[in-house]
Amino acid sequence: MNNLIRLIDGQARIVSDDPWQLHEAGQGEPLILPLAAWRERQPVEVLEGRAVSADGLLLQVDDEPEALQPFLASLPLIAIDFPSFRDGRGYSQAYLLRTRLGWRGELRAVGDVLRDQLAHMRQCGFDAFAVRADKSLEDALKGLQGLSVLYGRSVIEPRPLFRRGRHKEESRS
Amino acid sequence: MYQYDDYDRALVRERVAQFRDQVQRRLADELSEEEFLPLRLQNGLYLQKHAYMLRVAIPYGTLSAKQMRALAHIAREYDRGYGHFTTRQNIQFNWVELERVPGILDWLAEHDMHAIQTSGNCVRNITTEAFAGVAADEYLDPRPLAEILRQWSTVNPEFLFLPRKFKIALCAAEQDRAAIQVHDIGLQLYRDEAGELRLRVLVGGGLGRTPIIAQTLREGLHWQDCLSYVEAILRVYNRHGRRDNKYKARIKILVKAQGIEAFAAEVEREWQPIKDGPARLTEDEYQRVAASFQKPAYAAQDGLDLDFGTQLTRDHAFARWVSRNVMAHQVAGYVSVVLSTKPGISAPPGDVTTEQMEALADWSERYGFGEIRVAHEQNLVLPDVRKADLYALWREAEAAGLGTANAGLLTDIIACPGGDFCALANAKSIPIAQAIQQRFDDLDYLHDLGELSLNISGCMNACGHHHIGNIGILGVDKNGSEWYQLTLGGSQGQQAALGKVIGPSFAAEQVPEVIERIVHTYVDHREEGEGFLDTFQRIGLEPFKARVYSREEVA
Repeated sequence: MNNLIRLIDGQARIVSDDPWQLHEAGQGEPLILPLAAWRERQPVEVLEGRAVSADGLLLQVDDEPEALQPFLASLPLIAIDFPSFRDGRGYSQAYLLRTRLGWRGELRAVGDVLRDQLAHMRQCGFDAFAVRADKSLEDALKGLQGLSVLYGRSVIEPRPLFRRGRHKEESRS
Repeated sequence: MYQYDDYDRALVRERVAQFRDQVQRRLADELSEEEFLPLRLQNGLYLQKHAYMLRVAIPYGTLSAKQMRALAHIAREYDRGYGHFTTRQNIQFNWVELERVPGILDWLAEHDMHAIQTSGNCVRNITTEAFAGVAADEYLDPRPLAEILRQWSTVNPEFLFLPRKFKIALCAAEQDRAAIQVHDIGLQLYRDEAGELRLRVLVGGGLGRTPIIAQTLREGLHWQDCLSYVEAILRVYNRHGRRDNKYKARIKILVKAQGIEAFAAEVEREWQPIKDGPARLTEDEYQRVAASFQKPAYAAQDGLDLDFGTQLTRDHAFARWVSRNVMAHQVAGYVSVVLSTKPGISAPPGDVTTEQMEALADWSERYGFGEIRVAHEQNLVLPDVRKADLYALWREAEAAGLGTANAGLLTDIIACPGGDFCALANAKSIPIAQAIQQRFDDLDYLHDLGELSLNISGCMNACGHHHIGNIGILGVDKNGSEWYQLTLGGSQGQQAALGKVIGPSFAAEQVPEVIERIVHTYVDHREEGEGFLDTFQRIGLEPFKARVYSREEVA
């Protein structure tokens, strides 16, 4: 069973019946597959954008998010892999998928997904978090909150703090 | 200096609470050391040879008197009565206990300070020169933009796990005193003919294992595009910088591999979609931040100060100090003062005691406007001192061990903590610095030698900037013993250059003699008014090499 947290209307929920299987798990369906394997399994209607795929897509660290563009309308889910929690490429991939490519569907962090990075992932547009299997989901939920102040901008807050009325609030301090 | 508002305060406080929780989870073993490592690094906490070391951020090297006293308190209560100022204008405390770190961070937050991103693979402290806002050759004050960049890079969620650390420096004066050519991004600020603030963007400089001088990525960038353009650079680097080998992970390696044109084209592609978006800086924001950096209320000074002239002629030691440690100011009657942390054998470069910190805070209030700067040469600067007060300040600084008249001279050595403290070091730095300082303790002779920088790093990570010292010393390990490799001809500033290796390395006890031979070679060859670097550039490495390795002079 996946150790999954999903944001539903901005609220974090523990999901106990998530069916998705990462490709290496090997058991059952539906599958989340790397791009090459995903393409191989798709019927022509999916590749031509006339039908929705039964399989999710796994974006790996070296993949170009732009490569997904032709298939975005057909994808039920995109997962981004964090091979190590110290590998930050997934944050920029998520940014590009959400802002430049306009992906609105589920964006799931998979791999070495840990409590202390969840808030950053959320800021970068992830809305589902497959927390590493040996970690407690209840603990991980505490990591989603993060800090109340974001100076710069992010996927979920595209305006930097200075465009959120900061200079008018000088009297606050 | 920058005044925190409620947002700034909330951020540092919440960050402390977050880290306190992480420390507790580490102590309870809920977090593995591997998981904890980047979290503590991003809060400035290293594990060194003997203890934890906490690096506190001093944004672009600016401190208030109150903040300096807060640092003095940390040195007294949590350390062994001193702190170490670094080449990135921060301060390190070498003897802290993990359990007490959240308490130190609380104390810092109360004084509008933090240790956020002073380490780790993220954007580090933004640096600029120690004389920002007061230097006579300044085009404009770089601090508002430095502060805007500091905020933008603080806990920026996309860029906290970069391939490697990322250093940004700004310079806005004719002379570059911020070493911007050896940073991941160097920003040169200037005003164009229409008076508009613009930036020359340099990229891919750095020291370390592969020293490289930065290349120009873009000319004439409009100031409002600063954040979006840096964001584009970081996104390209975050996605494409190498992660397979930490020694090849800095942006300089990516720029070198792609070539500057290809790299610039990629940044351009990334930048176009965001440049006119919300990341574009606003005049309001610039003004909001710049308001914190308004000039203090300088008093009009009488044109001629007779006392000052008398003091100069009467007291040779004072005159000597003034000639080296006092810098021209934008306002008549005022100067900036460099207080040397390099007195010689009594203290390692950059080390400042609790009592000295408190004295500095007092002087900054008595003789200035309560502000202190940290120079990247590890000295401390009082930016606004009335000329009329110089003599009194000098007497006090002398008594406190901060009055050495050696700014820019051979004994003004930049040195990393080295093998005495650092877990990465191959060799010690501090005893080498002190042995050289002892050998050259004749101030008149030092003054006669003139400008001569000597930088020491205990390993090739180059925290002591040895590549850009006129004389550079690098500690190397040879079969388990400590040796020192020398380079000559390095320089910082507009004419940044990397030193050339002179030849086989030396044992520690040979180093002072070798330095003496180098200095003698210079003295023998120099022409009227020629500095060390000029002579080196004219005569080349060979005469130095011949003298250094000649057998006849061996002591």
